[in-house]
Amino acid sequence: MRQKLMTAAAVAMMAASPALAELTIVDTSYRTGPYAANGIPFSDGYQDYFTLLNERDGGIGGEMINLVECETGYNTEKGVECYEATKNAGDGALVYQPLSTGITYQLIPKATADGIPLHTMGYGRTSAKNGEVFKWVFNYPANYWDGASHAITHILNENGGDISGRKIALVYHNSAYGKEPIRTLENLAEKHGFELTLLPVDHPGQEQKSQWLQIRREKPDNVIMWGWGVMNQVAIQEAVNIRFPMDQFIGIWWSGSENDVKPAGDRADGYKALTFHNLGDDYPVYADIQEHVVDTGKAAGAGDQVGTVLYNRGMYAAMLAAEAVKTAQEMHGVTAISAAQMRDGMENLEMTEEKMAALGLPNFGPEFKVSCENHGGNGFGAVSQWDAEAGEFTLITDYYQSDQEIIGKLVAEDSAQFAEENGIEPGC
Amino acid sequence: MPEQFIWGMEVFLNGLMAGVLYALVALGFVLIFKASGIFNFAQGVLALFAALTLVGIMEGQVPFSHLINAVFGTDVHYFGWNVPALGAILLTMVVMVALAWAVNQFIFRHLVGQEPIILFMATIGLAYFLEGFGDMMWGSDIKKLDVGLPQGINSAIDEVTYNIFGYGFFIDNLDLWATLVAALLVIALVLFAQFSKHGRAMRAVADDHQAALSVGISLKFIWVMVWSLAGFVALVAGIMWGTKSGVQFSLSLIALKALPVLMLGGFTSIPGAIVGGLIIGVGEKLFEFLIGAPYLGGATEIWFAYVLALVFLVFRPQGLFGEKIIERV
Repeated sequence: MRQKLMTAAAVAMMAASPALAELTIVDTSYRTGPYAANGIPFSDGYQDYFTLLNERDGGIGGEMINLVECETGYNTEKGVECYEATKNAGDGALVYQPLSTGITYQLIPKATADGIPLHTMGYGRTSAKNGEVFKWVFNYPANYWDGASHAITHILNENGGDISGRKIALVYHNSAYGKEPIRTLENLAEKHGFELTLLPVDHPGQEQKSQWLQIRREKPDNVIMWGWGVMNQVAIQEAVNIRFPMDQFIGIWWSGSENDVKPAGDRADGYKALTFHNLGDDYPVYADIQEHVVDTGKAAGAGDQVGTVLYNRGMYAAMLAAEAVKTAQEMHGVTAISAAQMRDGMENLEMTEEKMAALGLPNFGPEFKVSCENHGGNGFGAVSQWDAEAGEFTLITDYYQSDQEIIGKLVAEDSAQFAEENGIEPGC
Repeated sequence: MPEQFIWGMEVFLNGLMAGVLYALVALGFVLIFKASGIFNFAQGVLALFAALTLVGIMEGQVPFSHLINAVFGTDVHYFGWNVPALGAILLTMVVMVALAWAVNQFIFRHLVGQEPIILFMATIGLAYFLEGFGDMMWGSDIKKLDVGLPQGINSAIDEVTYNIFGYGFFIDNLDLWATLVAALLVIALVLFAQFSKHGRAMRAVADDHQAALSVGISLKFIWVMVWSLAGFVALVAGIMWGTKSGVQFSLSLIALKALPVLMLGGFTSIPGAIVGGLIIGVGEKLFEFLIGAPYLGGATEIWFAYVLALVFLVFRPQGLFGEKIIERV
């Protein structure tokens, strides 16, 4: 009798409790393959932040986060397979961070049709900044064209605001990704009067002697690099070999991690790279990650990447996703949000210094506000520099805005062309 | 002297140096193909595995540490000692010999007499297995490799050429060392093949397996020896390329640079690998300098190397130094 009563009570309690919903976040990681060295820290940071929220706060708004990892190997086909395999996981995936420009291009039509938002932070299709055309794609806080402008603005600032007649070379991965900054740089060259030299490097970029001999002959004042993987390490090594001044060499944010400068050792000291988030591990949130995630054995990887550039980037991406979830929960008055509500949260996201400080990440990223028209944020970025002795990149500038006059025009042109080709009626 | 001509000479010299590095990779392919008729798709991965093992031993890294830690809940990564470069190279060679034995014992011993395409596919499987095995054994982070080879511009050449031409040539010290090592390697391999007992046995196996077996030559021993030699060549290539770019998984892609060299030099000739490497190196660099960069937007080296190899192939299908196989009915 007693057993029957207990069973009945248990059944009644289960019936009375609300269904256990979860916030499903997919991590399309690449822990294997030639780019694993970059994929591991990003994925560790992305996952560790969500684990922290689960362990410390009981999820977001009382809803636990269901983290689903899918290995893409940085391969476009596998990335698409991951998307198809995980989009209905749990209560449905809320957002994807594809982590590859190739995968992003494949997912834009699919995610748009499925109604799942993409966050392509600092990569992907740049003109997705135009939310009137790309309703399901977000690329805040900065995109490639912002990056090109940040590099030129930095050179301008270093040279008293006048770079007319200066020679600037772009060493780039000979792919759609590497060619992204060319139009922006050509526009900026016209505006500021500098001479632009384009030096493509074929994939994978292990042999770059020709390009660096040309740089040695033509003696550009500055070199900007748009590289990826082994191309970065070889380029920095070759620059060291020809004694190109490291402080005149600036890489895009995908050419600015510890992995990129490690092979050149101390001689890479002074190398600069763009970034859209802060660096190092001197933030209160890291103490929480250590206590609730690493020390409890719940870290995504070996726990040895905490505080590296790409770990920070992954953690930053997770933090922005979590803040968008909170925004969506507040907007819709529900905790178990859908992908469509997540999109609303992303579109109304506002990152302020006050908010970041409250999260234990003071001055970790630029302040920005997303809107229906603007899915790319305000285009702020900063410059970091490699300190070989300390073994770390540190910010050497404040966050500053890209040339909105030029970028705005390019985004409008490119997104209008996309809208026309795909029969999209722009609007909010 | 016109500026363009002086720059062209610098490009030519750098092309020669790049060619030596390509030849180092191609040599491994030639050794295995010559002795067993196997086109070893895994040669690039062998170079990666050798370099990973070398750095791991030098840094005193615990192999399979991630696996050990995951299974036993430990937190071990390093033994706490460093091994000098020479000692680490010798220990790596022991590992490569063990790998050669394992490859023959578990794969190729069972495939004797199979069609070349079957053997080729087996090497594809081996390549992917070794890549994953190396990842599991040593981790996938990018590792700095420093065995003491100097890098950077050679000041003496810079100074001498500046005094002569008014423009100092850039020649990388690492490339000079690679040239020296490659020269010694080729001399040693040729002497070994021509004058040693095992070298003659290797050539006999290469000529005719059945005939070699009938005079008491152990096919198994010769194959293990050849794979060990290929492992040693892979180690040398891994050191040279890994010093430049760091040891990372993209290192396995250096095999792509060896293919046009093999097409041009032939699959069976050690000197052919060297000469092929030099022609490809100089050809692609001069083409990029004279035509590619000024007229075609640059980045022509990869495809031009194959065009060059195809041109040679049309006129001499067996490659410059390859053996012409005549089959009579």
